[in-house]
Amino acid sequence: MVGFLVPPLRLKIGKKEVMQSSAIDEAKLALDYHQDGSANGHHGVHQDLRMFGMVTFLIAESAIFLGLFTAYLIFRSTSQVWPPEGTPERELLLPGINSIILIASSFVMHQGQSAIRKNDVSGLKLWFGLTALMGIIFLVGQGYEYFHLEFGLKTNLFASFFYVLTGFHGLHVTLGLLLILAVLWRSRKSGHYSSQSHFGVEAAELYWHFVDVVWVILFILVYLL
Amino acid sequence: MKIPSSILTLVIGIVLTLVSLWYGQNHGLVPVAASKDAQEVDNIFNLMMTIGTGLFLLIEGVLIYCVISFRRRKGDQTDGPAIEGNVPLEILWTAIPTVIVFILSVYSFEVYNNLGGLDPVASRNNAPSQVAMAGHHHMMALGIGPSIDAKGEGSPLRINVNGIQYAWIFTYPDTGIVSGELHVPVNRPVQLQMAAGDVIHAFWVPQLRLKQDVIPGRETTLGFTPNLIGTYPIICAELCGAYHGGMKSTFAVESAEDFEKWVQANAPAPAETADTEKVAVNTTTLSNEEYLAPYAKEMGISSDVLLSLHSEHQHQ
Amino acid sequence: MTTAEVTKTQPTPHHKERKLIDYFTFNTDHKVIGIQYLVVSFIFAAFGGSFAEVLRTELSTPNPDFVTPDLYNQFLTMHGTVMIFLWIVPAGAGFANYLIPLMIGAEDMAFPRLNAVAFWMFPIGGILLLMSFAVGAPQAGWTSYPPLSLMTGKWGQEIWILSLLGGGTSSILGAINFLTTILKMRMPDMDIHSMPLFCWAMLATSTLILLSTPVLAAALILLSFDLLAGTHFFNPTGGGDPVVYQHLFWFYSHPAVYIMILPFFGIISEVLPVHARKPIFGYRAIAYSSLAICFLGLIVWAHHMFTSGTPGWLRMFFMAATMLIAVPTGVKVFSWCATIWGGKLSLNSSMLFAIGFLSSFLIGGITGIMVASVPFDIHVHDTYFVVGHFHYVLFGGSVLGLFAGIYHWYPKMTGRMMNETLGRIHFILTFVGLNLTFMPMHELGLMGMNRRVALYDPQFQGLNQLSTIGAYMMGIAALPFALNFIMSVFNGEKAGRNPWRALTLEWQTSSPPIIENFEEAPILWAKPYDYGIDTEELEEESVSELLAEVSAESK
Repeated sequence: MVGFLVPPLRLKIGKKEVMQSSAIDEAKLALDYHQDGSANGHHGVHQDLRMFGMVTFLIAESAIFLGLFTAYLIFRSTSQVWPPEGTPERELLLPGINSIILIASSFVMHQGQSAIRKNDVSGLKLWFGLTALMGIIFLVGQGYEYFHLEFGLKTNLFASFFYVLTGFHGLHVTLGLLLILAVLWRSRKSGHYSSQSHFGVEAAELYWHFVDVVWVILFILVYLL
Repeated sequence: MKIPSSILTLVIGIVLTLVSLWYGQNHGLVPVAASKDAQEVDNIFNLMMTIGTGLFLLIEGVLIYCVISFRRRKGDQTDGPAIEGNVPLEILWTAIPTVIVFILSVYSFEVYNNLGGLDPVASRNNAPSQVAMAGHHHMMALGIGPSIDAKGEGSPLRINVNGIQYAWIFTYPDTGIVSGELHVPVNRPVQLQMAAGDVIHAFWVPQLRLKQDVIPGRETTLGFTPNLIGTYPIICAELCGAYHGGMKSTFAVESAEDFEKWVQANAPAPAETADTEKVAVNTTTLSNEEYLAPYAKEMGISSDVLLSLHSEHQHQ
Repeated sequence: MTTAEVTKTQPTPHHKERKLIDYFTFNTDHKVIGIQYLVVSFIFAAFGGSFAEVLRTELSTPNPDFVTPDLYNQFLTMHGTVMIFLWIVPAGAGFANYLIPLMIGAEDMAFPRLNAVAFWMFPIGGILLLMSFAVGAPQAGWTSYPPLSLMTGKWGQEIWILSLLGGGTSSILGAINFLTTILKMRMPDMDIHSMPLFCWAMLATSTLILLSTPVLAAALILLSFDLLAGTHFFNPTGGGDPVVYQHLFWFYSHPAVYIMILPFFGIISEVLPVHARKPIFGYRAIAYSSLAICFLGLIVWAHHMFTSGTPGWLRMFFMAATMLIAVPTGVKVFSWCATIWGGKLSLNSSMLFAIGFLSSFLIGGITGIMVASVPFDIHVHDTYFVVGHFHYVLFGGSVLGLFAGIYHWYPKMTGRMMNETLGRIHFILTFVGLNLTFMPMHELGLMGMNRRVALYDPQFQGLNQLSTIGAYMMGIAALPFALNFIMSVFNGEKAGRNPWRALTLEWQTSSPPIIENFEEAPILWAKPYDYGIDTEELEEESVSELLAEVSAESK
């Protein structure tokens, strides 16, 4: 601690004029901020940046869907007839129900986070378990829809986009599901999640909400418009 | 007496400007301009060369000067002056490039417009009737339309162009000519309607300074008026396969008479109505006697014999 | 601990030491990862460079007499792809990894394990790409336009797609780390206007990577479906449109060129002040111009499509936006010139390459403004003029900047100085070579030579031969560099903590740095470019002198 020298006073460091009266005050400041790399190379405590990282990751994920949606929209807006001639009528009942299940699952999942914020691990498990179930139902529903569709991947441009967009989204739902299951698995260890520490819960939830929002956009673009 | 640095700077500036102005007009880096539009493109290029040369001489000069004059003297371990910026100078070198690029943008816009690049028919989404592909979106943007000011006389000569691996095929709808070469009369506007047969190619004539990709699934167009008689290369300018480098043709701008001669020499044989012997007959609709009639005399069969042929033996 | 102890070059005994084997394993230390990126990228560069020598050998004669035309197209596709995705982009990431935590006073990146994962995707993807030669490498150019890319070398093309998807993911994961670390892990005294310009450059680069690389992924996914599953996204026979591919592709690939130059802009901003002993001129201008380039870089992509299926109005819009980029870029070039003007230049290898960068990048920048003009670009698009332009900015710019960085930070990374004589030979051969290779290309394009060809009109042979000689020179130049790089690790003069007497934080710790980077939290006693503030001061003040000064001033 003794080694903290006061920086030469002729230089302003950012907005702080460092005119500290003693080296000891500096050291106290240091303890609050210098949580990484304190004296003698001990591994310090990091601020938790994982949520920030998660958000930047989701920005990248959004950009990939943006690219796919843009391609879809370009074709849609420059075609005289869309969907192209011969495409069977888009059925809305099953996918509509599926959408409601997926959207509702986000609310269900949020209950799980509220629970763990109150240190209620069993509540977390209940709500996340329900969410996982709803996710599985969504995927099964999607599979059922695929099986009964009258057009295939190569039928026409709309059909190709339909399968690629919903398939790519379904892949992300599956990933989200795995994250939820991972949280459920980890919650078996007592004390792993608490009201103070539940990044895994937050990350899984954020990812699930992302998947949900993407679905809403997809549903509007592909099924409704 | 040492020359004041401001005078020296002024002289250097003047020399730099003069050299740039000269080189910008005399670089000799482009082939002949075969149309007035091509000349306009050259004019803006010359301006950009002038500016570029000036910038080049200025900055490279500064670098050379620094490397010579500001070398650290042996044994001098001290720092240089603590100069962190100079707001007026920075404003100057932000403002001047902004003005320059603004001028270049406006000038480019003007040149491009004169070329026909903003022609409403050729350069925008077209009417669905132009689209030949089935169940398909109508096209965005097709290319460059006719030159804006009248740079030629006569109605536009329309020629269809088809780009395939690895050749160009030119079809003249008016005269029915199909050729591997593009011939046009000088000073008459030309409008090329272009298509691609397999992959993306690009139609480029350096002497016209014009290029347009030909893209399968859509029509693209190039309009121009050639003003200089000569023979120029047509070069494919989009990678189209292994022999992309060999996909070349010839663009011949000819006098009106020479063009007529070429048309005559290349036009397909006109249809002849009188002489039926030269026309292939559709044999399936003929009865036996009609079919054999032309050969009857040589075979020594009289027409009576033909008539008595069993009617069931209809020639199929 | 006193100042004197902080400046020790040997780590104190109880510090864990780096072993050579660490560089070959999954290691989370950003310094190891940085060096891994740099070394592996140069190995791939050797491949990419050899491919170029094949191309230039072929082009010394007008006829395709060295390799068959389709093999030529494979080499040209792989040359572009390897140089971009396996050399320049990872090399930038390598320097970012090595320098960022050191420059901001942090112990490591925000997500060290993610960092290591991101690295390892790179050599794996790269080897996969090179293996495509076994099944027939892709031959539709690094741009892979359909329908051509759907028709030639199917398996090679799919390998190309997968390799790029992997490389793109690696890039994105790296960017997440850089962004988070720069924004959130600077030492408390370092506010954003006190951080080195290299960090500003990486901020801009990482933003571009994050926003544009995923769109390339979208393009490649759709292309894959067309290639393997028989869909027709880009195939007109089934209602698709090749131009949509071009838009998706260039939405990434234009920002990609800024991703490739910005880190090296950052390096130049670090190198010039140190070796000119002068502060950087216009710190804020350079910092903000990086952000301006980042923003503008996202809205100019269709200037690669001026002769394609684009409407006239769209060409005009993209022309205007592209012309604008000249302004922030010009600001940087002028500021760098002003930085060295009036300084005290040490013309060591690093500085030579930095000045070489300025000279060459200027030329590339000037031709860049030219091709921004639509009527002019219509003439030179897809000709050797463009090849000349982008090699001046990529080789004359990024690569010379890369070498400047290597000569500058090699002492920090290895604790040894590189040999100056070999460095000078490397510079001369490279600088003369690159100008000889790429300058004739401008005239070739203007006069009518198209690009991506194995055969050309005989009138162009003279200039092509000049270019080929230059290319051989550049190839030879690699030898003194490789020799120097490898030998100096063992034989180089010991470097000490701060051989260049530089002010940024990485020079406050040992060479090479201890694993934790800093013995104790570093002290920001100067802004990164405060040269010349105290020209009398040759040695560091002792503690007592500094404290005396402090107490005197506070009275």
